[in-house]
Amino acid sequence: MDARSSVAPPRSGKTLHRFANPGQFLRLSGKILPWLFWSGGIFVAVSLVWGLLIAPDDWQQGDMVRIMYVHVPFAWLASAGYLSLATCSFLSLVWRHPLADLAAVEIGPVGAGFTAVCLATGSLWGKPTWGAWWVWDARLTSVFVLFLLYLGHIALVRAFDDPTRGYRAGAILALVGVINLPIIKFSVDWWNTLHQPASIGLTGAPTIAASMLWPLLFSAIGFTMLFAAITIARTRAAVMERRIRSLLMAKASAVGGEGRLS
Amino acid sequence: MTHLPYIVAAYAIAIGVPLYFTVAVLFRVRSASRRLAAIDTRRERGRT
Repeated sequence: MDARSSVAPPRSGKTLHRFANPGQFLRLSGKILPWLFWSGGIFVAVSLVWGLLIAPDDWQQGDMVRIMYVHVPFAWLASAGYLSLATCSFLSLVWRHPLADLAAVEIGPVGAGFTAVCLATGSLWGKPTWGAWWVWDARLTSVFVLFLLYLGHIALVRAFDDPTRGYRAGAILALVGVINLPIIKFSVDWWNTLHQPASIGLTGAPTIAASMLWPLLFSAIGFTMLFAAITIARTRAAVMERRIRSLLMAKASAVGGEGRLS
Repeated sequence: MTHLPYIVAAYAIAIGVPLYFTVAVLFRVRSASRRLAAIDTRRERGRT
């Protein structure tokens, strides 16, 4: 075995750290962001017109089913966003990934906003369908807990004078909160809930008509692209703001040093 | 029976929230880029 290979970092770690380079991230994100924003916007526009005007009414719910094209993608993204927050927290705790802390901090508010949309649109769907704006049903309650976890993470990472301690505390909270994701997913199977069970799963054929499935998939793809674009753009801004702070501090310390010398 | 008010409200929220995040982040990125460019320029001038 050659001496260089014995001290070289593992390949996976090397790849991770290559993408963790803030300069590399700024270059890459600058290239992909316009594409993500525009494609996401086009997908969302097409899917919303499709869902609102073209897709058929449901035989049982009538036109109320049109809320599905906005409610379901936000419900998926509420959970997927939290999973990405937890992944960044894991990378931050295990590998001290330089961008992971910033990404986790920036995913939090977007995830909370998308979860709030899921709860609000669900409430607007529930009132005419169930006759109530809100019920303490297992699915609704577990999604509400997810919303509180997002709010807790937002508050915790900002609660310390030393940002690093805030990132660590937030990362631990995010990882503990992952337990809520399977509870959300299986709540409709484990408990007798008012909320309907899943119509689309990773295994098995979907139980909704293709004329409703396609606009729903378009909507999910579009909102996912927008979620990714918003969080990447926020992380990009955070990287630049961190660089501004370090440049200003370096400048201030240089001026202080000159003052002491003269 | 039409449920148009509920549907319109749901679509308005679903469009409004991502739109708010998009506009806010575009302003934030633009402001950060300008400030960074200004500081970097001053640093370059200081070196020469």
